[in-house]
This record gives sequence, C-alpha cells and structure tokens, in this order.
Amino acid sequence: MTAEQRAKSLSVHLVLIAYSVLAVGPILLVVMNSFKVRSAIFGSPLALPDATTFSLVGYEKVFRSSHILTYYSNSLIVTLVSMALVLLFGAMAAWALTEYRFRGSTALALFLSIGIMVPIRLGSVAILNMMRSAGLNDTLTALVLVYVAQGLPMSIFILSEFIQQIPKDLRDAARCDGVPETRIFFEVVAPLLRPAIATVAVFTIVPIWNDLWFPLILTSSDSTHTVTLGVQQFLGQYITDWNSVLAALSMAILPVVLIYVILSRQLIAGLTSGAVK
Amino acid sequence: MPESVSNITAQMPRAKLAGLLLFFLGPAVAIYTLFSIYPLVATMALSTYTSDPSGARYFVGLANFETLLGDALWSKPFWNAFGNNLIFFAVHMCVQNPIGIALAGLLSLPGLRLKGFYRTVMFLPTMLSVVIVGFSWNLILSPLWGVASGALKAVGLGSLFAPWLGLESSALVTLSLISVWQFVGIPMMLIYAALLNIPEELIDAARVDGLGHFRIFFHIKLPLVLPTISLVSVLTFVANFNAFDLIYSVKGALAGPNFATDILGTFFYRTFFGNQLQLGNPTMGSAVATVMFFIILLGLCLYLFLVQRRVRRYAF
Repeated sequence: MTAEQRAKSLSVHLVLIAYSVLAVGPILLVVMNSFKVRSAIFGSPLALPDATTFSLVGYEKVFRSSHILTYYSNSLIVTLVSMALVLLFGAMAAWALTEYRFRGSTALALFLSIGIMVPIRLGSVAILNMMRSAGLNDTLTALVLVYVAQGLPMSIFILSEFIQQIPKDLRDAARCDGVPETRIFFEVVAPLLRPAIATVAVFTIVPIWNDLWFPLILTSSDSTHTVTLGVQQFLGQYITDWNSVLAALSMAILPVVLIYVILSRQLIAGLTSGAVK
Repeated sequence: MPESVSNITAQMPRAKLAGLLLFFLGPAVAIYTLFSIYPLVATMALSTYTSDPSGARYFVGLANFETLLGDALWSKPFWNAFGNNLIFFAVHMCVQNPIGIALAGLLSLPGLRLKGFYRTVMFLPTMLSVVIVGFSWNLILSPLWGVASGALKAVGLGSLFAPWLGLESSALVTLSLISVWQFVGIPMMLIYAALLNIPEELIDAARVDGLGHFRIFFHIKLPLVLPTISLVSVLTFVANFNAFDLIYSVKGALAGPNFATDILGTFFYRTFFGNQLQLGNPTMGSAVATVMFFIILLGLCLYLFLVQRRVRRYAF
C-alpha cells in the first residue's frame, strides 16, 4: 500500500468511525447512565458507572411501579404468534401463487400487494369499530389479527421469490411418486424456506415489536399493554424521575439490541438479499 | 409465467385445484381482506357520514371534506399539519438520503476492513422503537441534563446551544433530524445492496480507463443505483406521511409548542381519538384518514408514472 492509499483508507475509516459513534453514542449514554445514582447522572454523564456511582435504584422503581414483566410477555406473545401466522399463511399463499396456474392469479397478487404500500393504520377507525363489535377490544387477539394482516403482503412477496428459486425437479419428483400436494408443501418446500425467515423477520417482526399505534388504539388496560406502549406511558408518568426513566428506556432497548447483535448477520443478509431491489 | 408451472399441476382436475387454492390461499386472503382492505374501505365509507349526539349516523356526502378543507376551524390545523409534514419529508430527503448514499458508497469500497462491524453498528438505531429513540434524544437535548450543551462547549460551540425541541422555530426540524438519525440505515442498506450488485467488469473497465474512486462513484455507480434511490424516496414518502409515534412520544397528542410539530398522523389521532381539547370524532377522523390515503396514493402514482418510467432499469 502506498502512503497515499494508506491516507485515503485512514480517512474513510475516520468518517465511518465518527458516524458509528453518532449512531450508538446516544444509546450507550442512556444505558450507561441507567446504572448510576442520580448525582452521577447529572454530575458526569459521560463517565462509566464505578463502585461509588453504581446503582440499580431506577430498575427497582420500574419493577415496583409498572407491570414491566406483563408488558414483556404481552409483546412476546403478540410478536411470536403474529410471526408464526405470517410465516405459515404467507408461505402457503406464496406457494399457491407461484406454483398453481389459475384464472385471476395476477389480479389476486396485485390485490395482495396493496398492503405493501398502503399503511393499514389509515383503516384504524373501522378496525376499532370492528374489534369493539366483535368483543375483541382490549385483547391481544385483536393486535395479532391486525399485525398478521399488516405483515402478510410483504411476507408473501418475499417468500414467493424464495419459492421460485427452489428447483422444480424436487417437487415434480415427489408428484410422480404420488405424494399429495399438501405434503409436498409441508414436507418438501416449507423446510427449504428457513433462510427466508430472517428476511421476513426484518420486514414484519421488528415493526410489530416496536409499534405504538395499534396498542394505543386497541388496548386500554395495563394487562394488555405491550413493552412499547407500557414504557411510553411509564415515561410520561415518571418524567422527572431520571433514574426510572433511564432504566425503563434501557429495559426497552436491551432485549432488542441483544437479539439484534446475535442475529445481525442473518438480518442484514436478509435485508440486502435479492428480495428488495 | 407458464413455464414455471409444471405439467402435472396444469393437468390437475378443476375441483382438486379449487380445493388446493382454497386451502393454501384461504387463510391469508381472509385475514388480509377482513383486517386490512375492508377497514380501509369502511373508513372511506364512514367519512361520508356524520353522527349526532345520540349516536345515530347520517349520510352527508362530501360535507366532511368541505368542513375539513373549507371551515377555518378545521382547515387551519389541517394545512398546518400538511405543511409541517412536507417539511418533515423535505428534511428526510435532503439529509437522510444523501447521508445514506454516502455511507453506502464508503461501505462498498473494495477491500474495506471491518465492513460488517460498521454495518451492524450503523443499522442499530433503525431496529429500535421510535418511542425509545424519541425519548432518549429528548433527554440528551434537554437543558436539564446538559449532555448536548456540554458536548457543544467541548468543541467551542457552546453558544450555539438552545433547547431546540422546546422552541417553536426549531422543534419540527429537530424532530425530523432525530427521525433521520434513526432511519438512515434503511437507505444505507438498500443502496449498499444495489451497489454490490453492479458487475465488477464495469468498475474494472472504468479503472483501466484511469477513473478514480470519486468519479467512478458519481459517473458510474450512482446512475446505476438511481432506481433504488427512487424506491427509497417513495418508501420515505409513505413512512413520513403516515408518521405518528415520534411526535406523539416526544410532544404528546397536542404536538407542541403551539402545534409547531403537528403532522397528519398526530392530527388524525386527535381528530379520531380526541384529547384534552376536543372529543373524538370518528367520522371526521375517517375523513382525515381518507385525505391521508389520497395523499399517499398521489405520491405512489407520481413514483410509478414519472420516476419509474424515466429511470431506466438496467438488467444485469
């Protein structure tokens, strides 16, 4: 490497490092300060917590005065059930649309793709009316139904691309052996879709976990709040209690960051894969 | 695509095919139609009704829209929210997309080390909930904590600090920049993926001709990823004109100070759900949602008919 090349590469790294600091700095700052006593939060916000400034008082407060564990389990239930249904129904529909020839299949594919671009949020007035008259208001079921409807179009689109890449011979060989269509799908095709899960996850699961709008509109009691809504309301109530606020923020941040760091390779591969060009 | 359908499925008896379609497509189409398409249509239908205090509903045609756009009590906040939304969108287009393109360009440089690390770190904010991001920045920019003013002082710019989120003149732009900070990962990733798809030979040919990295980027790579940039723009448009969470979690439903940060999403929420100042009004709320739907539709049509046609797609 010549000196000039080295200088160029160094300047590229400097820019990227500077932006990386800007991207994670605020998050680190919040998490770091959530482990400190109040005086240290204000006295030296940029310092790491040490033996004298370490404190979990904020976390104790959050556990004591909010139903944070209920929020976590609600978010987990809603996200996992929605994800399972989006993947199952999405893969089934994608399979039918790519594999079988029938009249109206193009029109149906277009109809299903409306939901990719038009936000379902705009139908909230009617959704709330429907849920009220069906007695599903303030239940997790209502959230799951809405999120499945919201996630299906994108997952069908992504999974169709994946199914098209599966070699035709595989299914036709099974068909020649007289294997029924449903078994071909569930035993031959479905297992091959595993790599698509990460891609579908980025586009459907993350928005569900992070959503504020539908929990705000559709749930009203503490027992049905998700983490995003529960933390949002907690923050509003305890706005002057910095320990609790920082702790609540960190508790919403940490699980997502943890899962993201574990899965980031697959998530980014999914995001940059051919599905979105 | 006829060739993608194997002969065996094409020869299937009709009744069997119908049964299979019902089994495979039924659940997805039913849930999607019932909870996504039907509510959209029903909301539009509801926008042509009004209700009296007893709860009875009457058909009023387009009267709600006349009120919304003609009655100063409604039209003033509506146009305020619309104007703010345009500014919100403009900041994203002018700041988020150029930064995203620049970062993608740097990340796709050949032989760059630590690529995966940078990508992971820079995409992290995009994964977090808007509520958390908004509130964290609210704390960081707060004069009470003094982190932002301290950071500015450290580089000798202490006099520039102001409580940006609290001032009517700067609150909206500050919130837009917070949103840019969070979502810059999306243009970065999509454009990065598009840059990786450019065939090596093209770049090599340019290098043999003696072009440097900068000229290769601006004259060869950038024109080739224009379709992706326009896709990113339309995604940004839809997301911005449907945004709500950030303003609501930082500024509340009233989008203060003095509605300076009110955008269509918060205006819709207040109209539909009500707040300290007014009772919720589902029919007017539906009218606002319908107008938002047409704004988003207009943006999508512009994209499909103007941008998509002009920009040539390069098949590799």
